[in-house]
Amino acid sequence: MGNEESVFFSRVLTELTLSFHIIYATIGVGVPLMIMIAQWVGIRKNDEHYILLARRWARGFVITVAVGVVTGTAIGMQLSLLWPNFMELAGQVIALPLFMETFAFFFEAIFLGIYLYTWDRFDNQKKHLLLLVPVALGASFSAVFITIVNAFMNAPQGFDLVDGELVNIQPLVAMFNPAMPTKVAHVVITAYMTSAFILAAIAAFRLLKGSDHVYHKKALFLTMKLGLIFSIGAAVIGDFSGKYLAEYQPEKLAAAEWHFETEGEAPLMLYGILDGQEVKYAITIPYALSILAHSDPTAEVIGLNDFPEDEIPPLYIHYLFDTMVTIGVLMIMVSGLYWLGRHMRWRFIHSRWYRWLIVAGGPLTVIAIEAGWWYAEVGRQPWILRDIMKVPEAATTSGHVDTMLYLFATLYLILGVGSVVVLRRMFRNNPVEREIADREAEVREGTRKGGDHR
Amino acid sequence: MSLEVLGITVLMTFLFGYIIVGAIDFGAGFFNAYSLLTGKEHILTNVIQRYLSPVWEVTNVFLVFFFVGMVGFFPSTAFYYGTTMLVPLSIALILLAIRGSYYAFETYGASGHKGYSFMYGMAGILLPASLSIVLTISEGGFIDMVNGQPVLDYGALFTSPLTWSIVFLSIAATLYISAVFLTWYADKAGDRDATELLRKYALIWSLPTIITAGGIVWELRSHNADHYNQLLGLWWMFALSGALFIGTVYLLWKRHNYGLAVWLLIGQFALAFYGYGIAHYPYLLYPHLTIHDSFTNPAMATALIIAFILGLGLLIPSLYLLLRLFLFNKDYVKGRKKDEHA
Repeated sequence: MGNEESVFFSRVLTELTLSFHIIYATIGVGVPLMIMIAQWVGIRKNDEHYILLARRWARGFVITVAVGVVTGTAIGMQLSLLWPNFMELAGQVIALPLFMETFAFFFEAIFLGIYLYTWDRFDNQKKHLLLLVPVALGASFSAVFITIVNAFMNAPQGFDLVDGELVNIQPLVAMFNPAMPTKVAHVVITAYMTSAFILAAIAAFRLLKGSDHVYHKKALFLTMKLGLIFSIGAAVIGDFSGKYLAEYQPEKLAAAEWHFETEGEAPLMLYGILDGQEVKYAITIPYALSILAHSDPTAEVIGLNDFPEDEIPPLYIHYLFDTMVTIGVLMIMVSGLYWLGRHMRWRFIHSRWYRWLIVAGGPLTVIAIEAGWWYAEVGRQPWILRDIMKVPEAATTSGHVDTMLYLFATLYLILGVGSVVVLRRMFRNNPVEREIADREAEVREGTRKGGDHR
Repeated sequence: MSLEVLGITVLMTFLFGYIIVGAIDFGAGFFNAYSLLTGKEHILTNVIQRYLSPVWEVTNVFLVFFFVGMVGFFPSTAFYYGTTMLVPLSIALILLAIRGSYYAFETYGASGHKGYSFMYGMAGILLPASLSIVLTISEGGFIDMVNGQPVLDYGALFTSPLTWSIVFLSIAATLYISAVFLTWYADKAGDRDATELLRKYALIWSLPTIITAGGIVWELRSHNADHYNQLLGLWWMFALSGALFIGTVYLLWKRHNYGLAVWLLIGQFALAFYGYGIAHYPYLLYPHLTIHDSFTNPAMATALIIAFILGLGLLIPSLYLLLRLFLFNKDYVKGRKKDEHA
């Protein structure tokens, strides 16, 4: 296998691993917070339904976390296996957050084990809830640290490059690079948002499939409310990300917006197709790109004409950007209308079509996460470390990458199908109605015997 | 102590942690599958499940910690090992992934096919074998530099007796460590039948462990004379390790104080492991890479060590809590607590 092929297959394998891992990682970051909120609401309102909600979510969470852990281990090692030259160079500057990530992960793993097995150990539910705090913190901080590494790839700093050698290395300066605040915030909040909408989709689906239990209605209202808050947050942070890009990575923004000439009063192009350098059938919003980039309708936005041709990312990232933004805006509207509808007693939010819309929101937000990450990664091309190292220089020279690609593709297929089958079986064999009935029977039994049943 | 020695000591400690907890985990999976095959699952499954359930994820973290720390402290290892180990480590990753996820699927989801248990058990045996290849390669002689790029010579690797001795040691040691630990655990749980069966396994696997370990030292004499001579210089560590081995076997034989047997076992492996590691100094990869020339810059090294100390401050109390709630909790071990998961 030639070197070009090694580069190609390394890219495909990395993209495959990340695209698969990010689904489970997103759930892994967001769902612990949702469980925590549900359990907390349950304790505060003294409502068994919310406690059960937390418990059932936690049960499903274990399955997704297992796949997240093993695929995370895979990508962690693949960084060195597929991009050894990159790790050798970047490791000298950005190893710190990678290392800290393993601590966050360690912390999370320990307390998740404890949390799962101590549902019935404490008489005071609050103590049990307390055990979940490190799980949620560990999960979110894993995302923070690993995203810092990715931010560094976009805006490397904290070192000087002298004759190809890195000198004057400052690990903390490297961590707190300009890309870091917006990127970290955007990744974390969209993980919360996506998790909320996935859980909302499940509740809406149960309601559509004939269960009219108030349990699902409570779940739906709670998750839609959370989804609304987080999706608005995601949009606000997304706007800051645009300003970051305009300042530090203008070629990424320009490629995503098909902005060819540097100019002021730049319009924002949505959708459309490209004919040479001419944009056709796009929706054009005047001044919007200048506003997104600099909060000023007349501000100058740097176009692709300011960059050498071989340093411009592929222009199809425009569609990835549009997909991400469209789904984000759609979800703000769906959850906003739902929330408003609850207060105004609008009937249509309980209609079948609206519930189907909420169900669609689950997979759609996952697609938005994928599109966002593809945009972030492809938009950095041809660099792996912006302005320092290009992707082909970073890749392994080993043959066999193609074979590994097929092996890992098979693995992800097995894990993907396996996790879905297991989750479906798990909840189908133990529907919530039965579990509620069982618990009530248990409590009655307990009181009849006149004591604590434990 | 220089920063690089401190760094490698930290990493070795985590690798040692992984070897012990990983071996218990892998071996448990194997014994579980084997008991299914011989129709003795009613004896073992309970004990093994109770031990594994709350800790399986933690085991994995030790490994992640080791390789992330390795690339952090010694970035050049990414270049040498990363380039050459693509195939063996990818296979190990796939085995780990199948094993880890199917454990969760089986335990928390609905229990499924017997085939999974066999796959799970087999993966547990193949894993130490594929991971141990790293140790073999570190002895040198298997990597050629072609146009400035390291290339692994598979022919030499798979025909070398050293490779196979290390593979056999990794498997035998895995089963031995696991059986000794589980004997103690089963005894603590008051499970007579399981204790007896596991004690038998422990005794069976003790001999292959010590024979292959000795065999490797002998192999090294011809394969890597430098390392061999340095090993001889540390003879007292290995002698002590051997004495502790005899102590463990004696206690098992006499059915006496299984807890002490586990501690002697850990001592035996720690002495052998650190002795092996110290003799390896200063090479990370004979003869291409030493801990000095591959070491990261002082600023990063200091930052990593500070992060490590702060991290330990967080981890040690957490690990203690985990052990206290499950491993050292009599009611939990005996299955008296109503600790159904979620």
